[in-house]
Amino acid sequence: MNRLLRILALLAFVPVLARAAPEPIKVGALFSVTGPAAFLGAPEARTLEMRVQELNAKGGIAGRPVQLVLKDTGASPEKAVSFARQLIEEEKVFAIIGPSTSGESMAVKALAEEGKTLLLSAAAAEAIVNPVLPHVFKVAPRDSYAVEVLFQRMKKMGITRIGFLSSNTGFGKGGKEQVERLAPQYGITLAVNDVYDKNATDLTAEVTKLKAASVQAILNWSIEPAQSIVVKNARQIGLTVPIFQSHGFANLQYVKAAGSAAEGVIFPASRIVVADQLQAGNPQKPVVEAYRKAYEARYGEDVSTFGGHAWDAFGILVQAIEQVGPDRVKVRAAVENMKGFVGTAGIFNFSPTDHNGLDIGAFELCTVKNGRFAPLGG
Amino acid sequence: MTLDLALQYLVAGLTYGAIYVVVAIGFNIVYSATGIINFAQGEFVMLGGMIAVQASRSMPLPAAIALAVAAAAAVGALVEVAFLRWLRKPTVLRMVVITIGVSILLREGALFLWGEGVRSLPYFTGDEVSSVGILGARISPQVFWVLGTVALIVGALEWFYRRTLLGWEMQACAANKDAASLCGVPVRRLVTLSFAMAAAIGALAGAVVSPITYTSYAAGGPLAIKGFTVAILGGLGNSGGAVAAGLALGVVESFAVSVLPAAYKDVVTLSLLLAVLVVRPSGLFASGEAARLKEF
Repeated sequence: MNRLLRILALLAFVPVLARAAPEPIKVGALFSVTGPAAFLGAPEARTLEMRVQELNAKGGIAGRPVQLVLKDTGASPEKAVSFARQLIEEEKVFAIIGPSTSGESMAVKALAEEGKTLLLSAAAAEAIVNPVLPHVFKVAPRDSYAVEVLFQRMKKMGITRIGFLSSNTGFGKGGKEQVERLAPQYGITLAVNDVYDKNATDLTAEVTKLKAASVQAILNWSIEPAQSIVVKNARQIGLTVPIFQSHGFANLQYVKAAGSAAEGVIFPASRIVVADQLQAGNPQKPVVEAYRKAYEARYGEDVSTFGGHAWDAFGILVQAIEQVGPDRVKVRAAVENMKGFVGTAGIFNFSPTDHNGLDIGAFELCTVKNGRFAPLGG
Repeated sequence: MTLDLALQYLVAGLTYGAIYVVVAIGFNIVYSATGIINFAQGEFVMLGGMIAVQASRSMPLPAAIALAVAAAAAVGALVEVAFLRWLRKPTVLRMVVITIGVSILLREGALFLWGEGVRSLPYFTGDEVSSVGILGARISPQVFWVLGTVALIVGALEWFYRRTLLGWEMQACAANKDAASLCGVPVRRLVTLSFAMAAAIGALAGAVVSPITYTSYAAGGPLAIKGFTVAILGGLGNSGGAVAAGLALGVVESFAVSVLPAAYKDVVTLSLLLAVLVVRPSGLFASGEAARLKEF
């Protein structure tokens, strides 16, 4: 509601601006601000609102202000499709940032391509940009890299038999495909491979199944509060094996929700979540620190990788428009050929065959120490 | 399957079941007094959790829960007074649609007040990792709190319906509204009371389960679906039936996970519901004759 009011206020402002200033560049955003993936969409929306305001205060891009048209999809692919239509056909936006989740991104990517509208998805699944569609990009690191980073670690720890749980969402499904594909390459057996409902409120029965299968480690792939519940339930029934999570765990709210049970959970994340602990020479340090300070000062909550995706997507778009001017065809080409863009998720090097631009080094293995994220090291 | 694992599944099932039971009882209380299904029941559970979490920041836990229960009861009564009481011709369909509207209103209100984040009360005893060992199974102390609370609610309701005048009046109201009214039973006030009671019970349950399940503005919907299933399985208006059906369903779901992929848990539930609706449309524990006399 608050957000809606803010957008309305912004809209009310537009005619005044329009008379005095040149026509604004409309940027659409599809985020799951509410619903089961609100952990992703809410910080993304806040980050984007912050960036747009900052940019407009500085005079906009190429002398034109940016007008944000933000739609809350509630993590529903159906809503995402109808909002995407609205943004492309009615609002005629210059580009779309989002959607937040993989399922929604898969649902809208064909629409964006058809409408020749640049789409910068903030979701993980590799299938979004593979095969490549000219107008579809994504700024979240691909899930196959997350799986590989985790499997490398397991191999190092001598783990060969794991229990794998995932939620029935696009994110869970994408992760499941990669885990099933890559496990044999790392000599890892999935003793249990189970899918649970995204609204699950207790997973004791599921973790009991893992206990019965005497697994050496648990790997969970979801973006919902269920990932805190898995950890809690496993520890409650006395299952003490190491717990690995996807990069979806990289929001401190999940750690808080799981309390002391979250200690020692291992997960891959982009460097933003350990921004304050990065070494001085790291090229990403200035960027992630700037974002963290601005966001935390403004909203009084911890930054997460997800908000970082919105930061990166907007940054890429702005840089491309600054380079070639507000021309749809030229901006698309500029994004496709952008090299060395330093973002919160990593250093982006796009190419006509790689619309993600991040390599496996974008992930840092992290863990939870005393209720905070810390680099795992070693 | 070894004994400790079987016990672990059993306890997990009883925990799920106990949560379903409380939601189902809320449905039953309102159904008994009015003959309608109050689809906002899940939202009362959500409200209980959310208000208790909010209040626990400024007062001790028992006081916070008491406040949440009282506040939810007030909301429940208000819903009835504001939206249902003034209906001249309260057809079942109209009332059901109104309760769906109320559930959306409460959900969006909670989103506006508390945002989209997930919250929970601290564990009443111990913390996220503590557990009690029984015959090799490990059980979180909160599970005992949940089971105890449900037992208390069921017991108190039983006493209320059987031993108090108000309880008798409410049963009279359920049996035949017109006849009860002619005998001097204040039917309208009892309907309001039934909403307040359903909300209070839902809120108490919502507060007690929140350390296990977490709560968020959207938590009500899925709970209401399961609670509704249990209420139907047990026979609408039959609290004893709800207890048996709820616990049985929880245990079936839990053991289903041990042999089937977890994704089929809800398939099992809904197949059971369909089977019961085909074989015994009035529910497992209700008498078919009584059911035929009901409007809905």
